[in-house]
Amino acid sequence: MSKSKYMNPYLAGIFLGLVLLATIYITGRGLGASGAVKSAVVASVETVAPSHTSNLKFYKEYGEEHPGNPLMNWLIFEMIGVVIGAFISGLISNRLKFTLEHAPGTSSKVRIVGALAGGAFFGFGAELGRGCTSGAALSGMAVMSTGGIITMIAIFGGAYAFAYFFRKLWLSYKGDY
Amino acid sequence: MGPLVPEVIGSQLNFIVALIVGIGFGFVLEQAGFSTSKKLVGLFYGYDFTVLRVFFTAGVTAMLGVVALGHFGLLDVKLIYINPTFLWSAIVGGIIMGLGFVTGGFCPGTSVCAAAIGKIDGMIFVVGSFLGILAFAEGYPMFEGLYKAASWGNVQMFETLGISQSLFAFLITFIAVAAFWFTAGIERRVNHKTGKGFHLSKVYLGLTGLAIIIGLTAFVLPDKREYMLKELANSSFVSSFNIEEMTSDELAFRIIDNDKNLQIIDLRSQKDYDSLGLPQSTRFDLENLFEKDAYKLLSLKDKENVFIANNELTAKKGAILARELGYSNVKVLQGGFDQFRKDILGFVMPSGTINRNDVDTFRFRSSACNAIPVLMKENKLKHASGEKRQVKRVLGGC
Repeated sequence: MSKSKYMNPYLAGIFLGLVLLATIYITGRGLGASGAVKSAVVASVETVAPSHTSNLKFYKEYGEEHPGNPLMNWLIFEMIGVVIGAFISGLISNRLKFTLEHAPGTSSKVRIVGALAGGAFFGFGAELGRGCTSGAALSGMAVMSTGGIITMIAIFGGAYAFAYFFRKLWLSYKGDY
Repeated sequence: MGPLVPEVIGSQLNFIVALIVGIGFGFVLEQAGFSTSKKLVGLFYGYDFTVLRVFFTAGVTAMLGVVALGHFGLLDVKLIYINPTFLWSAIVGGIIMGLGFVTGGFCPGTSVCAAAIGKIDGMIFVVGSFLGILAFAEGYPMFEGLYKAASWGNVQMFETLGISQSLFAFLITFIAVAAFWFTAGIERRVNHKTGKGFHLSKVYLGLTGLAIIIGLTAFVLPDKREYMLKELANSSFVSSFNIEEMTSDELAFRIIDNDKNLQIIDLRSQKDYDSLGLPQSTRFDLENLFEKDAYKLLSLKDKENVFIANNELTAKKGAILARELGYSNVKVLQGGFDQFRKDILGFVMPSGTINRNDVDTFRFRSSACNAIPVLMKENKLKHASGEKRQVKRVLGGC
């Protein structure tokens, strides 16, 4: 069985927009992603080194803003949903497969290092910028937040600015088009 | 009226909502092709602009939806979470995220999608983001200055630019469509493709037409809120309404009687309300009547809502507005609070002979004149314990 084609991007965009709109209408807040990882970080540090979390300012401020168990968090539940939703989508479109995806001109090792470093940059930047592409850029755009839109411009602008230096990682994908 | 949290949907049920929303989110992202870096970074090298198309379409759809729901009074936009603006952290954080995008090939949400369908690079990216957040947490005192600099509050872009919300929404939509057209051209050139570029099929043309018609109606029909407030400033509009009145005596009697069906809506200033607030009363400004707090109070069944203000005219405006917003059982205090003060609070037994019909009234007034200030004092003490009404936004964000 061959892989199904991806959805028309405009149609997917409308669906994604409606999911976001429903979220705002029901809960008064937008979507998010990096916040769930943050909760996981706080929960892990709390488990491994409880005294550490009570000392350091970041965890203290987090605890003040989010009382209770850091894993009983809206975004954690949302991200569990994302895993389920993406899995169902992969299942029906026949895309479930354990694989390390990398461009033809890039080695697995380079891809692993790139993904790890990229994740670290993104995680760090999302903390500094108070949200990632989902929570700050997309949800911020939906509610026309100044900060969200500035973050969105900075993410895409930054990516374009750095794109040239990392072109070797990706440009060999071009042959597939 | 939205948002439905926390009244209609409690905090436990909200977790179920989160799960369902997440399933939709993950499903659409994966269907759109966001589970592969090949598509995600394509826009930075010009060979695949799927991300831009999905992202901008989604952002515009949700934005216009929020504007429309707010316009038609279905969503209290004062309550929704507006990401706060901290200028420098937004810019620097965004640029670092951009660096992460072109090195890692994902963003946090899409990496989870990729991991969910078995992409090992996606899983590694998730591990990386965990480490990045940990690094920020551990080094927080170092970054705190930048993190909290230039705080502008929960501002919205059209306020920052000083233009109207509709104009801004229109501009964003226009930019999005222009970007779709422009990037389709780049994509064709980069991939050396010939043939049709960006074009609208009949279905999309139809959808766009429909959206434009809805948009234009919203443009032409002024915002319900602005329209009503303008009409209320017009005295012939106000006098054309007939609102049932309640006398000072009836109001006083029902306050003393502790009538649970009575709800007093006080439109006076906060200062007046603080010094002379009636029991069972809630203070609102005319503008607040459009909000969810007013909805919660005024939509209660079997309640009688009496509007009071210093003068009857202002009270009547409030009552008309409430009626126009669909609330039933509204009345106004005859003569306004000034009359109430004269009749009840500052009652002085008239000297000379009293008309026989007035004897009972005056007897009642002189006892109410003593009883009501006591109730008002009790009420004040009850509320002084920190029950201040204020707009509380939903907490959100990453």
